[in-house]
Amino acid sequence: MAWLEKHVPKMVLAPSFAVILFFVYGFIGWTAWVSLTRSRLLPRYDIVGFIQYQRLFDSPRWDTAISNLFIFGFLFIVISMFLGLFLAILLDQKIRTEGMLRTIYLYPMALSLIVTGTAWKWILNPGLGIEAVVRGWGFENFRFDWLINPDYAIYTIVIAGVWQASGFVMALFLAGLRSVDDEIIKAAQVDGIPTLRIYSAIIIPSMAPIFLSAFIVLAHLAIKSFDLVIALTGGGPGYATDLPATYMYALAFSRGDIGQAASSAMVMMMVVFAIVVPYLYSELRAKND
Amino acid sequence: MTDITSENTGRPLAHAVRNILLRWLLLALLGLFALYYLMPLFVMLTTSLKSLEEIRTGSLVALPREVTFDAWAKAWSGACTGIQCEGVRPFFWNSILLAVPAVFLSTLFGAVNGYVIAHWRFRGSNLIFSLMLFGCFIPFQVVLLPMARVLGIMGLAGTIPGLIFVHVVYGLGFTTLFFRNYYVTIPQELVKAAKIDGAGFFRIFWSIFLPLSLPIVVVTVIWQFTQIWNDFLFGVSFSQSGTQPVTVALNNIVNSTTGVKEYNVDMAAAIIAALPTMLVYVIAGKYFIRGLTAGSVKG
Repeated sequence: MAWLEKHVPKMVLAPSFAVILFFVYGFIGWTAWVSLTRSRLLPRYDIVGFIQYQRLFDSPRWDTAISNLFIFGFLFIVISMFLGLFLAILLDQKIRTEGMLRTIYLYPMALSLIVTGTAWKWILNPGLGIEAVVRGWGFENFRFDWLINPDYAIYTIVIAGVWQASGFVMALFLAGLRSVDDEIIKAAQVDGIPTLRIYSAIIIPSMAPIFLSAFIVLAHLAIKSFDLVIALTGGGPGYATDLPATYMYALAFSRGDIGQAASSAMVMMMVVFAIVVPYLYSELRAKND
Repeated sequence: MTDITSENTGRPLAHAVRNILLRWLLLALLGLFALYYLMPLFVMLTTSLKSLEEIRTGSLVALPREVTFDAWAKAWSGACTGIQCEGVRPFFWNSILLAVPAVFLSTLFGAVNGYVIAHWRFRGSNLIFSLMLFGCFIPFQVVLLPMARVLGIMGLAGTIPGLIFVHVVYGLGFTTLFFRNYYVTIPQELVKAAKIDGAGFFRIFWSIFLPLSLPIVVVTVIWQFTQIWNDFLFGVSFSQSGTQPVTVALNNIVNSTTGVKEYNVDMAAAIIAALPTMLVYVIAGKYFIRGLTAGSVKG
């Protein structure tokens, strides 16, 4: 009985641990293994080396997917952070309607990206959307056809992505602004330092950890972006707006090229881990200290 | 602006005028951004209430001249998702059948796991926690292929129980994290005292921890519900025509290429698909935000 009492915690945790071990780490291992084989429609298990990765990096479609990830990721992160910080500072000025405004800025985060994509696909469609509205105002030559223009379609993903996530960044920064020590701010105000200076020299630098968190979350969202592209452009026109996530899905489920799908998934995972692992490691260490 | 600032020193009136102007500018900016965030919702709603004829001849941003709920009726029970033309209703039901048990199970496991990791540490429990935590961050693409095969072997391929299983497995990391972070704030002395009084592992959980857990249960349930309801990747990968969740059905309706493009039906379907999570957000926004920040900052 005493033995049982002593080991109950382990036995309770064991099933979850086993599940994680198998379905996360075991599956990563499986994918890594298959990415080193010649698997096509069915997995094969004889390792041949890095030919799938070679094929991947020779593929122009993957090339597009990767450069799209950089364009989208960079703009998405920078604009969301900038907008989020700007809104947080504006909201921090003792606004009476703050609660309502916060609710409005943040609600997109509750929506499915498929819903967001559907809405923006309609708003941005050249025939009846914004283009038609502006033309209706008398600007007959106004053109806004990014959605169907292969060179600009990726920016429509940025527009919709920023709309969805910037309110969330605002909430993060607002919490950060509120956690700065009031005494310091009051002291600065007494010294007659202008508000802008207080923000740029005192408050914002003290929020470095929040910048890091926001960056990690946004980068993570960007790399995993799949739903938004599917709903907004379907990866098109052609494959102009493919991202690694949509590439992987297409190869796995429509093309039946498991080896390629596995290798692209592994590259995605390495990108995520390169960003997240150092962050998590330092967080966990800080906690244990 | 500049001439006011240059002479404001020592002039209280000019100073006050400047402050009022700045205040108005601030409010105007905030209002403008509110419009930006609300615009898509407004467009969706008005479009869904217009007839196709009015959509073609009228403006995107105009209010409907004649309000009609035909598009809503069609989106709910008549729109085509591929060859099937039953609207989003059966898929909405699928999402409920899927989300309710998945949310319940992952929250339950998360609570028990968090309890063990926070108060019954043993050698290796921290390592287990770290491994679970890292699991939250993997891009799910890396498990799609083996999961499809394993679901097939388990006989769960293309079924709702299969999807429930997937959501519980990959939700465990986050739910455990939520509960662990909440339970570490409960003093260890409380557990010690209960042990001295002869209470065991389950008794302490049941009579001390569970009654204190309401706030974190709400946060976790909302987080998991939003995640699972809004999921698309697992839904599209592991379901078949009868078992698809509502997000997949919505995407099929919008991107079906047959017939005339019915934007009003698309928008009505999108609002229907968004309604449950929007409702949760409006009713319990505070907890929603808490989950978001807890899931990201401390994750």
